Amino acid sequence: MAISRGFHGKRHDGADASRLPPGQHVVPDFPVLSAGPTPQTPLEEWTFEIRGLIDKPISWSWEEFLALPNETPTVDIHCVTKWTKLGTTWRGVSVKTLLADVSTTAKFALAFCDGGYTSNLPIEDLTGGGAWIAYEYDGGPLPAQHGGPARLLVPHLYFWKSAKWVRGLELRDHDEPGFWEGYGYHNYGDPWKEQRYRGD
Amino acid sequence: MQLWDGNAIAGVLHAAFGHEMTRAVGTCATCASRNTLATLRVFLRAPGAVARCPVCGEVQLVLIEERNVVCVDLQGLHDLDHNPGSTE
Amino acid sequence: MSVPDWPGHRAGQHVDVRLTAEDGYQAQRSYSIASAPEDPYLVLTVQYLPDGEVSPYLTQELQIGDSLELRGPIGDYFVWEEKLGGPLFLIAGGSGVVPLRAMIRDYLAGTADVPVRLLYSSRSLPDVIYRDELAEMHDDKDLDIQFTLTDQQPPGWSGYARRVDLDLLTAVAFSSADHPLTYICGPTAFVEAVANGLVELGHDPSGIRTERFGGT
Repeated sequence: MAISRGFHGKRHDGADASRLPPGQHVVPDFPVLSAGPTPQTPLEEWTFEIRGLIDKPISWSWEEFLALPNETPTVDIHCVTKWTKLGTTWRGVSVKTLLADVSTTAKFALAFCDGGYTSNLPIEDLTGGGAWIAYEYDGGPLPAQHGGPARLLVPHLYFWKSAKWVRGLELRDHDEPGFWEGYGYHNYGDPWKEQRYRGD
Repeated sequence: MQLWDGNAIAGVLHAAFGHEMTRAVGTCATCASRNTLATLRVFLRAPGAVARCPVCGEVQLVLIEERNVVCVDLQGLHDLDHNPGSTE
Repeated sequence: MSVPDWPGHRAGQHVDVRLTAEDGYQAQRSYSIASAPEDPYLVLTVQYLPDGEVSPYLTQELQIGDSLELRGPIGDYFVWEEKLGGPLFLIAGGSGVVPLRAMIRDYLAGTADVPVRLLYSSRSLPDVIYRDELAEMHDDKDLDIQFTLTDQQPPGWSGYARRVDLDLLTAVAFSSADHPLTYICGPTAFVEAVANGLVELGHDPSGIRTERFGGT
């Protein structure tokens, strides 16, 4: 492997190393990664749904969703392609709030999205207080290229789990791999254990 | 939003298949259209490369290069003719 | 660049360039080969993108004596060689001119007896790559080069000053009855608009080859 003299990419030095999972580096911008074209769902047609292992599916319209109690988390995010952004600010509804009145025996959830993308998570990673359905980023409406109108935000896992253009959660008793998990990325994706690919 | 075509994954396809694949013709498993791989709609570094049908937009090919292993998923293709135009 | 054991290439092909930092971090990008097979060195023309990860390194940091890791030559589809014949219609948007320049140089160095036309769209005159070289080549053999500047034209500009729309294609393209080989390269939106335009004008889609360089 040839070393390219003087190459270091767009990485910032001097970041607090204790906030960086192994193999990650801080970048100044917010890279846009996508497996498909940006969906264009009009807000009048947008709904967020909880379905699956539940008595009756629940659904919110955009206005109803914005009326829910929301939080403004500030979090570090880590992409499997090795970039990290520290201190990103969001507004969204905690998934713990969304599932608070839901009675279910589900152990897993599959986030599903406009455009067909999915990501899977154990239910406790969604209900533990560290997951949101976010609709604002950096003080403004979440841009479409970053997942707007709303995306899943689960910062303690690699960012491919934070599904863009999310439209709901399917509660399940069996785990089912989502889009990237099915193609060879790690089923769980803990950046602190560097769980990038299946078998890591 | 950045969008490429199959030419952008020619190198990794060659690494995976052992020969040039951009002129290969694939039949879409979703819409049955036949398309030259060079014309697929490609999303790079998605984190992997995702190649979609230019007609129906469904995923045909996913390529991941990690630690010098190339993982190729072709489930979106019904078949792949890597020597189109041959009379065999 | 001089590349040990370089097997030669065909006009239109590209290479994948991989950069590795001292700590093992890697980035990879594809670049079209700008040189013709007959040229003495392998030449890549890289457009500097201020937000880029790789192009600032290649255009501003790389020094004579440095080495690069390459994979290639790659590509079997967006390729022109003499035996494919012509007429040859080359349409470039921005940095999409790079592989087409290789095709033109290959044509001029060879014996193909076909007409070749380049239609090169740029935003303004400073954006035109190989400006002097292309101006000099115009009218060599049976080569015709047309520039169009879409955003800003210098005073006294006598070239085209519009996007590559149906009217411009009608004015510049070969007749579809001549069954030209057409190669279109540039940003994705440009390539799609031009390809669709040619098909609308009656050109056979199977005679059109495209290479999309990112961009919506």
